[in-house]
Order: sequence, then structure tokens, then C-alpha cells
Amino acid sequence: MTDNKPNTEVAIFAAFNALLLRDLRVYFRSRGTWLNPLVFVLMVITLFTLGIGPDPSTLSNHASGIIWVVALLGIMLSLDALFRADFDDGSLEQLLLSPQPLYLAVLAKVLAHWFITGLPIVLASPLYSLMLGIPADAIPVLALGLLVGSGILSFIGAIGASLTVSLRSGGLLIALLTLPLYVPVIIFGSQFVQSAIEGWPLMPTFSMLLGLLIGAMALAPVAIIGGLRLSQDA
Amino acid sequence: MVLTFYQRLIEKIINDQSLAILSEYFLSTVASNHSTQAHLQGEASLVLDAVSCERGERLLVEHLSLTVTAGQGVRIEGPNGSGKTTLLRVLAGLSQQYSGMVSWCGNDIRQARAALAADTLYIGHLAGVKALLSPLENLAWWVSLHIQSSEPLSKASLLNALSQVGLQRFASTPCYQLSAGQQRRIALARLYLSQHRLWILDEPFTAIDIDGVTLLEQRIAEHLAQGNMAIITTHQTMKIDGFRSCALDAVKQKAGGC
Repeated sequence: MTDNKPNTEVAIFAAFNALLLRDLRVYFRSRGTWLNPLVFVLMVITLFTLGIGPDPSTLSNHASGIIWVVALLGIMLSLDALFRADFDDGSLEQLLLSPQPLYLAVLAKVLAHWFITGLPIVLASPLYSLMLGIPADAIPVLALGLLVGSGILSFIGAIGASLTVSLRSGGLLIALLTLPLYVPVIIFGSQFVQSAIEGWPLMPTFSMLLGLLIGAMALAPVAIIGGLRLSQDA
Repeated sequence: MVLTFYQRLIEKIINDQSLAILSEYFLSTVASNHSTQAHLQGEASLVLDAVSCERGERLLVEHLSLTVTAGQGVRIEGPNGSGKTTLLRVLAGLSQQYSGMVSWCGNDIRQARAALAADTLYIGHLAGVKALLSPLENLAWWVSLHIQSSEPLSKASLLNALSQVGLQRFASTPCYQLSAGQQRRIALARLYLSQHRLWILDEPFTAIDIDGVTLLEQRIAEHLAQGNMAIITTHQTMKIDGFRSCALDAVKQKAGGC
């Protein structure tokens, strides 16, 4: 306490690491939580292939849109759990009362959640892109787009999660709050995959996606912190 | 070019008082600056000036004025539903739903949130203990958030705190296998690591056995003897010297009831 800045900084990163590791530990010990969004995505995509029919050209025409919408829904459905357990057991109170910067704490929580929901969906993308008949050389592009896009989806969705955490059932409300904000992600995300399939230049849409991610990382935590503070007065 | 622009922008945000809230999020140094200021001022005090709080249309605390200074303990009394928890959540900085002014070391806590947070230990009804983690992991997480020491605390000191509350044998057992009282003890182990100057404890003795209560009372008395403060609610009889009572019901009747 008496001396200098470096110690404070060490403490801050120690807190960031501790939060990240703790959340990952909790997720891995509650087996299955992290599998749910992935299984959801795989099942819905299977349903799409059954519903649309086996014609490869029809499937691949709609593939990028389908993948993005399904990934979005998968991440959104898992977001209700992001702060709820912490809210129920009082960890959230202790987090909000910490003298450490909340910005980093929220960043750690969203990142941990992305590791167990967004990342598996990205890693499994070659599998379901093959199911939808996306050309093999477009698959790395799709994975890259999802990697960036799922991060944006997590940050924006976390705003909805923080606003609804004090409600008994926030599930549908999260959807209503966050779906409009997902519109740009869907537009640029599926455009990105389409560009790869059609052989158009990739950089313009990729820059937009990266820009959205950076914007979301910088600004969403401020809104999330506001939402979490409000939840304590509910 | 771009970097220096951002640097200037950030500096401007820091210097601008009206953006203090934003800089609190982004800046590491704010917390330590505030708390060192508080330390420099010497005498710490918590002052409530005409505080009123309500919960769901009901006025619970009306025009409560109270001063707590170094070495003092206050016991908030009142029947169930009289607003004890609501008041403690306001004092801890969790709830903003109040009128009047609460100041910590002379600063309004609405502005000096970081200073209050650095000096306060709050244990509420909810223990803040994750059932899937072990007591040791739970305590380590809390320490990384709340203890700002120049060196990271060793595992030995965490184990020591757990043994103070009689949990040394369960340090690595998942918490869902422990009883309600034991889970409560994990939260109370924080008292043995804390160097905070203000303790706000909401029903700390719930689910704790008689011997445990005696030990906790000793720890709280020790805390007060070191010149710190404590605000406690409990329905049990408490044998600690230097505690004042503040009855919420009496205050409310004076103001005409709810």
C-alpha cells in the first residue's frame, strides 16, 4: 500500500489471471456446460441439411448465412449463465466491491466464457462447413471470421446478460435486447464467407469485423459494469 | 503520432473530474491513489448524514445520522424486515438507492467508490463461495481481488486462515460437500487475511457453532483494538466491548413510521 505503482499493476494482472482461471475451472468442473452450445450448433445445422435437402448447390448457397445465424443463437443461449451463478452465490457482490479495476474483471469473465462457448464453435467449423458443402478453400476463412465474430457476439451478448441477471428468467429478454445489436456482425460475417466462396477481396469485410471486435472489447465492458451495478439494486 | 494522440486523450480523461467514473474502469492507479490519500488523512471515519433508504416502495431507514470513528464498533439492531441489510449494502457501496450522504474519510462514497472499496470488507448474506471450487481456491480468488499487498500472499497464509476457522482438513475438498456452516466459515476466513479498516458484516454468526462464535468475537475485538471499525448486524447476543447499538426501528418511529 505504501509504495509504488508496479505492485498495483502486478496485483491487477494477478487478479485478471485469477478470475480467468477460476472461471475456467468452474466451467470445466461443471461438465457439459461448455459442450451445450457446440452440440446445439451441430444439431441445428443437421436439421437445416435435412430441411433444405441434400442438393449441394442449394446448401452451399445458403451456408454462410445459416452458419452465422446458428452460431449467434448458440452463443446467445449460453449467455444467460454468464453472470447468473455469480449473482446467486454472492460472488458478484465481492467482485463489484473489489478495488481492482472492474474493466479487467469483466474482460476476464467474458473471455473465459468465450473460451468455453465461442472457441469450440470455431474449432468445429470445418466439420459443419463440410456438412453444408462449403468449398474446402473457404473453410479457413470461415473459421477466421467466426473466431473474430464469436468474440463480438460474446461481448455484446454479455451486455444483455448483465442487464437481465437480476430477473428470475431473463432468457428471452436477452434475445430481444441483443439481437438488434447483432445485425452488423451477421452482415459482415456472412459477407466475409461469401467473399471467400466467390473469390472477392477479403480485407474490407475482415477489417470491419476486426473493428467491431475492438469496439466491442473497448466499450461493452463499460455497459456491462453499469448493468451489473444496477443488478445490485434490483 | 497516433499513439501520442491516444496517450493525450487518456491523460485528458484522467485529469477531467467529470470523467472520474470512466477512468476508474480503465486505470489501475486510481484505487491506490485514493486509498493512500485516505491513509494520509489519518483518522478514518464513516459518517452518515440523514440517510434514508427504501426497498420496493417501503421506506425502511429514514434520516439516519451516525458517525463511526477509529476503534468503534456499531451493531445495527432491529426486527426482520427493518432494513438492516439494505442499510449495510448502502454503506458497502453496493446499493445506490438512498438519499442523504455517506462519507468515508470525508469523501462522499458516490464519488470515492474506489477508496471505500480498498478499505472495506463486506460479508453479506450470500457467502460468495463457489460450490464447485475448494475452500483454498475460493479464498485465493477472493485474495487476488481484495488484498492489495506488495507481495502475493503465500499458500501458507491462506491455509493458516482456513485453520483459524477450523477448515484445514477440508482445504482441498469441493465446497458442495461441505455443510452450510462450513461454507459460511470459508467466507469468514477472510477476516483473518483482511487488513481492511472497515468491516461490514451482515449476520456473520448465522449457522456458526458456539465455539466458532467465540473465536469470531475475539477476532472482531482484536480488529477494533487495532483502531479499525466494524458495523455488524446480528440477532445473537454479542460479548464484545466497545460496541454501540443503533436501533433502526426507533429511528423510524421518531420520523413517523412507514
